[in-house]
Amino acid sequence: MSDFLLELRSEEIPARMQAGARAELEKLFRREMDTAGVTTGEITVWSTPRRLALIARDLPEATEAVSEELKGPPVGAPDQAIDGFCRKAGVEKGDLETRDVKGRATYFAVKNVPGRATKDLLAEAIPAIIRDFSWPKSMRWGAASISTESLRWVRPLSGIVALLGDDVVECEVHGVTSGSVTLGHRFHHSGDITIGNAADYAVKLRAGHVIVDHEERQDLIRSGASKVASEAGLKLVEDEGLVIENAGLTEWPVPLLGRFEEDFLEVPPETIQLTARVNQKYFVCEDEAGELANAFICTANIEAEDGGARVVDGNRKVLAARLSDARFFWDVDRKKTLAEHAKGLERITFHEKLGTVADKVDRVAKLADWLVFDAKAPNGDHKLARQAAELSKADLVTEMVGEFPELQGLMGGYYAKAEGLPVEVSDAIRDHYKPVGASDEVPTAPTTVAVSLADKLDNLLSFFRIGILPTGSKDPFALRRAALGYLRLVQANGLKLELDQVVHAWASQRVAGLPEKLGEFLLDRLAVQLRDEGVRHDYIQASRSWQGRPDMRVDRVESRARALTAFLGTEDGANLLAGYKRAANILKKEDWHGAEGEIARTGEEDPLSQVDDPDMRAVIDAKMSERHAKELSYPPEPAEKALMDALATSEPAAARAIEAEDFSAAMAALAALRGPIDRFFDEVTVNAEEENKRAHRLDLLAAFRAAVHKVADFSRIEG
Amino acid sequence: MDRNPQKSFQDMILALHDFWSANGCLILQPYDMRMGAGTFHTATTLRALGPEPWNAAFVQPCRRPTDGRYGENPNRLQHYYQYQVILKPSPANIQDLYLESLRVIGIDPLKHDIRFVEDDWESPTLGAWGLGWEVWCDGMEVTQFTYFQQMGGFDCKPVAGELTYGLERLAMYIQGVDNVYDLDFNGQGVTYGDVFLENEKQMSKWNFEVAETDALFDLFNKAEAECKNALDHNVPIAAYEQAVEASHIFNLLQARGVISVQERASYMGRVRDLARGSCEAHMEKEAPVWAEKYPEWSK
Repeated sequence: MSDFLLELRSEEIPARMQAGARAELEKLFRREMDTAGVTTGEITVWSTPRRLALIARDLPEATEAVSEELKGPPVGAPDQAIDGFCRKAGVEKGDLETRDVKGRATYFAVKNVPGRATKDLLAEAIPAIIRDFSWPKSMRWGAASISTESLRWVRPLSGIVALLGDDVVECEVHGVTSGSVTLGHRFHHSGDITIGNAADYAVKLRAGHVIVDHEERQDLIRSGASKVASEAGLKLVEDEGLVIENAGLTEWPVPLLGRFEEDFLEVPPETIQLTARVNQKYFVCEDEAGELANAFICTANIEAEDGGARVVDGNRKVLAARLSDARFFWDVDRKKTLAEHAKGLERITFHEKLGTVADKVDRVAKLADWLVFDAKAPNGDHKLARQAAELSKADLVTEMVGEFPELQGLMGGYYAKAEGLPVEVSDAIRDHYKPVGASDEVPTAPTTVAVSLADKLDNLLSFFRIGILPTGSKDPFALRRAALGYLRLVQANGLKLELDQVVHAWASQRVAGLPEKLGEFLLDRLAVQLRDEGVRHDYIQASRSWQGRPDMRVDRVESRARALTAFLGTEDGANLLAGYKRAANILKKEDWHGAEGEIARTGEEDPLSQVDDPDMRAVIDAKMSERHAKELSYPPEPAEKALMDALATSEPAAARAIEAEDFSAAMAALAALRGPIDRFFDEVTVNAEEENKRAHRLDLLAAFRAAVHKVADFSRIEG
Repeated sequence: MDRNPQKSFQDMILALHDFWSANGCLILQPYDMRMGAGTFHTATTLRALGPEPWNAAFVQPCRRPTDGRYGENPNRLQHYYQYQVILKPSPANIQDLYLESLRVIGIDPLKHDIRFVEDDWESPTLGAWGLGWEVWCDGMEVTQFTYFQQMGGFDCKPVAGELTYGLERLAMYIQGVDNVYDLDFNGQGVTYGDVFLENEKQMSKWNFEVAETDALFDLFNKAEAECKNALDHNVPIAAYEQAVEASHIFNLLQARGVISVQERASYMGRVRDLARGSCEAHMEKEAPVWAEKYPEWSK
């Protein structure tokens, strides 16, 4: 058993690609070893900017010999068949063996595949790994690149160390030959480092000022940055992404703290943090009060002779230049009001079929105004909502957002505040993109809620109207996120918005089909959102009709689905569902439609779903009650009577609760039917011989089914 | 004669010339046209095509009209210098050579933190891209380091390594100066401001406020037409010059703020067509010669 070391040395590998490269190296190595039949122990993979390394423990010296037998044609078969078999098996005809198979002499090819030295297998595997390695972007280089067939690597590949035990695994890939020699730190170590075996690799590199284990470098950066911050009486603002990136940029990381001029703190802290992080990969610090401090932490790749004073000073100057830019943007942007900036939106196309961003802003402003004024969604001031919406996108044309697009909204908020606009307006501009992710906070300030809702609704409606909906993984306009944002705003603020009215206000007219399309999309998102809370998709399906039409209020669908989830989780609910299914099956089998069905047969298929005319409903109700009121032509059995009585109480109680949108109460009313329906099935024969009894009992089941349907469409519930 | 690159802008340039000359480069002079980057020099673009070895170094003045700040910004200029080195094929020790050149101008990598940070380069205008880094010195980008992979839409065979030093930035760093106009130009007290401040003021004003836009539009159209004319007569180098001209006129129009967002893409497309067309014509013209001389090479 020996340990194997592979080091692939190259010019600087981009930090962001190193994690993927480690995984790729391990994957390809395992693939090669599997194919070669080499078992391997624990595998460790490391990376630095200049090398990828893999150590595999406990490789055998050789693979075991394998004997393989192939059954061929019977003796006496035509020559072509025998020759063909020999070719396929790769043996000479004279080497075939003859064996008895069920009394018949048959040819066999016996192949002994000898075991092979692991070293030889590795010598073949290494070039294969390098050739098959997949980088996000790769390149050619050097004289060999006169052909496009030359080796591709992320940056020029300069060396290979391959050692099995103490021996070099000899191989060559496009002119790069394996050996035992590597290089240390670019500046702290000159000359070659000869590696003896896997065990001394990390040790020798450490002596050459290279910490090859990326996790160790990450730890050093984490603890080092936090230490220099606390030595300065500050607290490090943790940033795991920066830790990993800096570890990917250094072989010998040394965190150093520097200060920038305090004057820069007059620009919004987010811009300082972003400048430091994105442009310079610096950490920032907070003072005791949690305010951004005038300090930065850079991660050097050297142990500088002067303790890093010059390095810090150089970095300070660069940051100062960057912060001067940020301050310049901040000053220049404030020379114009947001309203003046907003004029620039007329030149920016929102989408080729949807006009400019200025057009979009007009629509959002109108809708935000309506949401407050007419829909009374948030309890705010409609003029403020309109003003905030009109200015909400103005920061897109400011210098600062041009430089840092991540600051959209936030900068608008700062500029609005700076020009003295009402705080409701500046807050709404700042937060109107929220909630962005599932964990982002949801606005509750009335003006913000209106602008945020209007912005999301406008995105959804605009794109739906021109036929753009997300497909599969493609959602270029982030409509799913907009829908989720809408849902969370509605939920957090207890809003009861009617989608058909929303569409009417947005388009200033009815747009056939659009409210339904929006509703359907929102409910799909709702199903995804509520799945984790145990609200099943089919419960939402069962809750999406209101008075026979698609419910235009998503909040109502949600509360009904939640009540249904709670109800079906109880014993009463589960049993009632079972009773419902039994009743529905019988009715289906008997093709019995009951009073509603009878009326329906003259018109559409599902009677209640099509009725939106109050007069028509009245006719149906009248006919049904007439039917139900008919005197029985026989004395009902006790269980039958009990169900009739229960229905007479529960049905109106449930109907009243539904009308009041108290779905829990409606479910509770249904729960009262559970006992009677169970008893009915236990004691009463539905298919009685007497036709009048049978008809009545089927009617009774149909009435039961109708009562249940009023609360929720149980036929949609699966399982 | 002793050079003092730590105290003199011109000595820094001369030290780089000495270094790259000693390392086999032709020392060329700037291209005599207005251009946005050293990469536009034919010694870079056109020479990056084809199989012939090519090692050259030169200073190229760069014009970026929109970067003008009327001489008021300590870092930004509408006219500045790049030092460009092009090595084809890229030598195996190119990084070492580069680091050595930094030592020559006074940057000691044990005192200063030198880093190669991923930065890929792409010029849709030239139909060109490459992979490489921006080189950081104590967090400041001092050089763009690129392995050209394609130029004019053609694979670079072989690949050239391109080094572009930002001369003013480097000098500011080496001289320890915070304002570009305070740079010592000659080591004897003449400053960069003495040479260029008035130039920056006037050119910023002209770029942003004065330049007659109708005339610029006209110039753009004429350059475009002339490029096509040159292509028709199979003189691709002349065509390429017109593409460079059109590119700069477009930059001026941008600075004058007369090109809308929608038009912008269309103008860029027109410049790209000229540049690519010229590279293509150059390739077509030279390919038979190259193929004969380098049998292992193909277009």
